[in-house]
Amino acid sequence: MTNEIILHLGNVNSYYGRGKARKQVLKNISLTLHKGEVLGVVGESGSGKSTLAKCAIGLVTDIEGERKLNVENSQMVFQDSYGSLNPAKTVGWILEEPLRVRGLRDKKELRRRAVEMLQTVGLEEEHYDRKPSQLSGGQRQRVSIAASLIQGSKLIILDEPVSALDVTLQAQILQLLVDLKERLDLSYIFISHDLAVVYQICDRVMVMYHGEVVEQGDVDAVYDNPQHEYTKKLLEASLSLG
Amino acid sequence: MMLNIEHLSIIFHDREEPFTAVEDFNLQMDHGEIVGIVGESGSGKSMTAHAIMGLLRRYAVEVTGKAKFDGADILKMDEKELRRYQGVEMSIIFQEPMTSLDPTMRIGKQVEEALLLHTKLTKEKRRERALEAMELAELDEPEKLYDLYPHELSGGMRQRVMIASALVLSPHLLIADEPTTALDVTIQAQILKTLKEINKKEGTAIMFISHDLGVVKALCERVIVMQHGHIVEEGPVDQVFYHPQHEYTKHLIESRPTRRKLKGRKLDDE
Amino acid sequence: MKKRNWYLRLGVVITFAVAAFTLVGMFYTPYDATQMSSADKYAPPSLSHLFGCDQMGRDIFSRTLEGIGTTVTIALATLAIGFLAGLVIGALCGYYGGLIDEIVMRICDAVTAFPSTLLAIVVIAVIGSGKYNVIAALGILFIPSFARLVRSEFIKYRDRDFVNMAKLTGVPPLRIIFVHILPNTWPVLLSGLTIGFNNAVLAEASMSYLGIGVTPPDASLGRMLSEAQGYLFTAPWYTVFPGLVVILLILGVGMIGEGIRERIGEKV
Repeated sequence: MTNEIILHLGNVNSYYGRGKARKQVLKNISLTLHKGEVLGVVGESGSGKSTLAKCAIGLVTDIEGERKLNVENSQMVFQDSYGSLNPAKTVGWILEEPLRVRGLRDKKELRRRAVEMLQTVGLEEEHYDRKPSQLSGGQRQRVSIAASLIQGSKLIILDEPVSALDVTLQAQILQLLVDLKERLDLSYIFISHDLAVVYQICDRVMVMYHGEVVEQGDVDAVYDNPQHEYTKKLLEASLSLG
Repeated sequence: MMLNIEHLSIIFHDREEPFTAVEDFNLQMDHGEIVGIVGESGSGKSMTAHAIMGLLRRYAVEVTGKAKFDGADILKMDEKELRRYQGVEMSIIFQEPMTSLDPTMRIGKQVEEALLLHTKLTKEKRRERALEAMELAELDEPEKLYDLYPHELSGGMRQRVMIASALVLSPHLLIADEPTTALDVTIQAQILKTLKEINKKEGTAIMFISHDLGVVKALCERVIVMQHGHIVEEGPVDQVFYHPQHEYTKHLIESRPTRRKLKGRKLDDE
Repeated sequence: MKKRNWYLRLGVVITFAVAAFTLVGMFYTPYDATQMSSADKYAPPSLSHLFGCDQMGRDIFSRTLEGIGTTVTIALATLAIGFLAGLVIGALCGYYGGLIDEIVMRICDAVTAFPSTLLAIVVIAVIGSGKYNVIAALGILFIPSFARLVRSEFIKYRDRDFVNMAKLTGVPPLRIIFVHILPNTWPVLLSGLTIGFNNAVLAEASMSYLGIGVTPPDASLGRMLSEAQGYLFTAPWYTVFPGLVVILLILGVGMIGEGIRERIGEKV
């Protein structure tokens, strides 16, 4: 980890809806992510953790406050790999699209880079021509990761990337994420409701509750000595930590 | 013996090659027992539960073997006989309560549904019984919830409503098919507590299906581990969990996230 | 033991047969479709006149061959205008949403509130009758229903994560709309197209039937049915054969549409 700051949010508020139905989803959130760091964001559904991810990366624009992103490309990996891969396209097409949009037209070179990226995430050339529906859940999530990396993103926001997977696949994908981080010098924001998974991969953790950050700090410090009631409740309920 | 399943196999004939989803599944369950069935997607665990509930009676699905409930073979019953068991002697709850609840029907009516179908109770009696079941499922203020619609409840409450409607006829067996998988971890823990409480109070036997060994360990006495349609290991939960015999069980247990940091591997490490 | 999609197969067979019939009619008719012969007035079907003859002694088989060509051409042209414009409007409204979407959709509501044939009659009353005016009038009136269909499909996809990922990748909006989202909507749009085609055939037939569509002596199936009604008892074959062709045309395409919908259903 270096001191180079990749992402900074300062006192961010975010809202949802218009007019009378307008609701505040994020309340006064500040966070700093350094290069090479993995920041875990924990909370239950409705806590605003996914909105925070979308704010950080610029998919939600209705925000107040400061937002500074110091990397050229950032990408997101979603929980539902079925929804995050275009069902009408092949794996190859999906991986090549970011390169095509950036002006690469040479078909051979496109294919070479796509296949190379497939191998990086533990897939084979034979997956190149498949449609997402012809892959297993684990394979699809690998393709999502490959698609997020191919344009050279250094910041990846992982929104519950393993929550929909079986436990053995979950372990494999987590290991892959950790390996990729080392090899490619990545930084992650890792969103999850599973404290055990967060512990395995994160350096720091932020606990969210009703749109607010109620606790944050070094993973070990928070897990060993939780301050906020909600954090204690979460840790207690987390069966897999027992 | 309440439930006695012998050599249960499930074969699908709607593909080019016949596909065996479950092969030679055996299970004996007594009244009041809690048994966990663990496996990953595709292991056949849900399929087994559906067969026991008589939900697999359709075109191109072949179910062989015996599934005796109090001595009567569920697999051999005709539709009419079967209806006397489904929801009466045994009930099932599913992972996604929102898809099993009717969005246009008030909560109370949904809980009462089984009473309307299977008993001749008066309207007042039905309401009374429904409120009892809701209380048993540990829903706060059942009177108030009675007139609400499913979308007005949180995910955890919806699952409790499902539990209440499954319990309204006091069945002997409750099959819970991944009932907490879609829920947040704190809610999950509460629902497990409720199920345990119901088992203690009512003596309802529970067949708990999950992919999560941790959840099963928290709730069940006995566990069956399934892989690719076969039982690979079974026994008391602690024994299976702490002294797994089969490779697959070991692999399942090792894969569980624990409080241990993952180390990144450089390319040349492999 | 895969279930066969009979709708689709039978639909394709019927449509192919009708299409072949149409193509032949464009290049060859046994008689000149407008050639009258007083000797053959009300002649019943025979070897020399397969479908018989009409009140002016014209060969109904030849006129049907020519009429179906006119009808299909009008239907396809109508569809082309309605679908292409509807696609662009629906895609943009669906993807972007917002105020402009609301305004456009309210206009569509207003247009669809009237029966389309009635509106077409009004338009024709203003711009005059004739083949090309019918195409223009029907084409414009078909835009709202297609726009609506396309829009609802785009709303379904615009918030999917793969669209989010494309945005983050920097894919330009028009590329997201037409390259990323559009291919996903084809099954639904195709089935909508088959319904649209049938509506266009019927609209042309009813307009010509009312005497404001294709002008004589041009033949179209609707025109022929309109003329035939006066001779329902003297020459029933005049009604039967063109009517049968209309039915086959609509049935074939309709079955293809149903087959496509069944396919989509299977996937889900």
